[in-house]
Amino acid sequence: MVKPAKLSTKSATPETDLLQKAPTGIKGLDEITGGGLPQGRPTLVCGGTGCGKTLLSMEFLVRGATDYNEPGVFMSFEEKSDELTKNFASLGFDLNDLATSKKLLLDYVHIEKSEIEETGEYDLEGLFIRLGYAIDSIGAKRVVLDTIEALFSGLSNETILRAELRRLFRFLKDKGVTSIVTGEQGERTLTRYGLEEYVADCVIFLNHNVSQQIATRRMRIIKYRGSAHGTNEYPFLIDEQGFSVMPISSLGLDHPAATERVPTGIPRLDTMLAGKGYYKGSSILVSGTAGTGKSSMAAHFLDAACKRGEKCIYFAFEESQNQIIRNMRSIGIDLEPWVKKGLLKFQNSRSTLYGLEMHLVTMHKVIDQFEPSIVVIDPISNLVAAATEMEVKSMLSRLIDYLKMKQITAFCTDLTATTGSAVQTEVGISSLMDTWFLLQNIEAGGERNRGLYILKSRGMQHSNQIREFMLTDTGVHLRDAYIGTGGVLTGSARITQEVRDKFESLTHKQEIERKQREIERKKTVIEAQIAALHAQFEAEKDELDLVLTRENMREATLKQETLTMAKSRQSDDFIPKMTSAGIAVKGVRK
Amino acid sequence: MTNSLKKAPAKARKQETDDERYLLRLYVAGQTPKSLTAFANLKKICEEHLKDSYSIEVIDLLVNPTLAKDDQILALPTLVRRLPEPVKKIIGDLSNTERVLVGLDIRSF
Repeated sequence: MVKPAKLSTKSATPETDLLQKAPTGIKGLDEITGGGLPQGRPTLVCGGTGCGKTLLSMEFLVRGATDYNEPGVFMSFEEKSDELTKNFASLGFDLNDLATSKKLLLDYVHIEKSEIEETGEYDLEGLFIRLGYAIDSIGAKRVVLDTIEALFSGLSNETILRAELRRLFRFLKDKGVTSIVTGEQGERTLTRYGLEEYVADCVIFLNHNVSQQIATRRMRIIKYRGSAHGTNEYPFLIDEQGFSVMPISSLGLDHPAATERVPTGIPRLDTMLAGKGYYKGSSILVSGTAGTGKSSMAAHFLDAACKRGEKCIYFAFEESQNQIIRNMRSIGIDLEPWVKKGLLKFQNSRSTLYGLEMHLVTMHKVIDQFEPSIVVIDPISNLVAAATEMEVKSMLSRLIDYLKMKQITAFCTDLTATTGSAVQTEVGISSLMDTWFLLQNIEAGGERNRGLYILKSRGMQHSNQIREFMLTDTGVHLRDAYIGTGGVLTGSARITQEVRDKFESLTHKQEIERKQREIERKKTVIEAQIAALHAQFEAEKDELDLVLTRENMREATLKQETLTMAKSRQSDDFIPKMTSAGIAVKGVRK
Repeated sequence: MTNSLKKAPAKARKQETDDERYLLRLYVAGQTPKSLTAFANLKKICEEHLKDSYSIEVIDLLVNPTLAKDDQILALPTLVRRLPEPVKKIIGDLSNTERVLVGLDIRSF
């Protein structure tokens, strides 16, 4: 029975140069193994209690049966078939259905030490026959033995067991089935009974670690003979859809850069960002102290995106979905219709619900399923509660890389401590961000007012002004910036200052008018003086003219008289002398 | 291939009587040295301690592989005491007579 199978596989193996792989169909696992488990060979899956060994194995079979048309045999040494069926029904696997369609065969091997008496030599041929029959009856390509170590507790002759195990793995290989053998983690060894000794092709280690009261499941491929594989510890998730592994560490920095822009949802904020908003696929950080309106900005962004018919996910770590919807209604944004339309998805969880990596895995999963164009994470600072700052940073950088790769715009809010420096984010990830807003409470004059400014926005012109904004029942409104002598003022102070400025400018205007009037007056006075002088001059000139005329007249008269006198004396030769030497005449006259 | 073994239960059944108390099944896989030894040992023990109050059924799993699952057989050879209740299992070639007697609960005989 064994031998023919052995021959057939032996002749098949040399033809294939490369190691053939059997895809597991488990999200992420195929990526880190480079295509799946080694085909036709056994793989050891080991780990502590409750780390997901059985689940991984069962999903391998179920996916194989449903997705790759490879029937499988599940030989359980621990759980009865009906128990298994019940347990996996909660994960959405209908084992009964698969069993009736001959895609899956469950075989429960019952071993109870107290019921067995050992007398002399034996072998495990019964198990081989059983397994061989099961494989042949449905033409199985995949086999799971969960967990074969139960044999060690049921049978006491370890020498026989070890020899038989060696034979079993040989048998599985010869059968050409891809198999998973599970093993419980030992104290210093991978498995309690050293199964790794026999299964040398591929060893996967599952780990369930609790750090700071938060459990994280991780997976590592310890060895994969004949194939390259991811060597890191990858977090994985077990949820209602089964197993998913995230090869999140393998992302590079080669994501595309779009030039397309996404409006912020607040028109005047768009104006501050060169009039168009954010870049598509960029990451936006809004940091600020409590109550500065970070979530409201997020809501605006989401609302605008949903209006355009884009899909969004809101990861909330602080508030419940209903709470957010209610609160956003108070600023005139109703997110509920978008949720109902299936455009907006809320993913609310406490950051301490599970480990950071788990959050990342969950986010990946949800994002992959929903395929949004915008993701809001509110707030990222809360994740620190689940891990150290450094871990958060590495997690967020991976998340942002991932989102950029997918060209999803990420909108993160960050709660900064009131006392802390404004230019330092809680988790120090500002350098990862493309656009960074800072919301500030400006406390002055017995009130708090909200101020907003852009710390940076890569690749676009942006305003450097601090703007005051208000949360009104119609949403976020950016006010006109007050630019005046008093610096930047907000709230009532701004209003007061505006009034004061108005008053000042009024007085100033009046002053100018007054001065203008004065000049006018002066001009009139001077003009009058000029006229007076002019008149005086005219008068003097008239007088002078009069004197001159008189003088002329007198001279003419005098000449006439002299002439008349000379005539009367009849002095002929005197006359020419008189006319030629007038001066002499005058001198004579003087 | 399993001729000699197949004959055995027939032989054993001939000794069936009304006061038969022990219903024994020996599971084997073909005619291996171990299974032959086991059968020989079992026969000897039964003759010595149970006289006519037993019957032995030898089941070859190579012929009836489904029985391996149905009867929860792992190791071979396995001797199952189906009657009297409770069911007892003894694995191995039954070379340790003491343990077989303990396993079958027939020390009192």
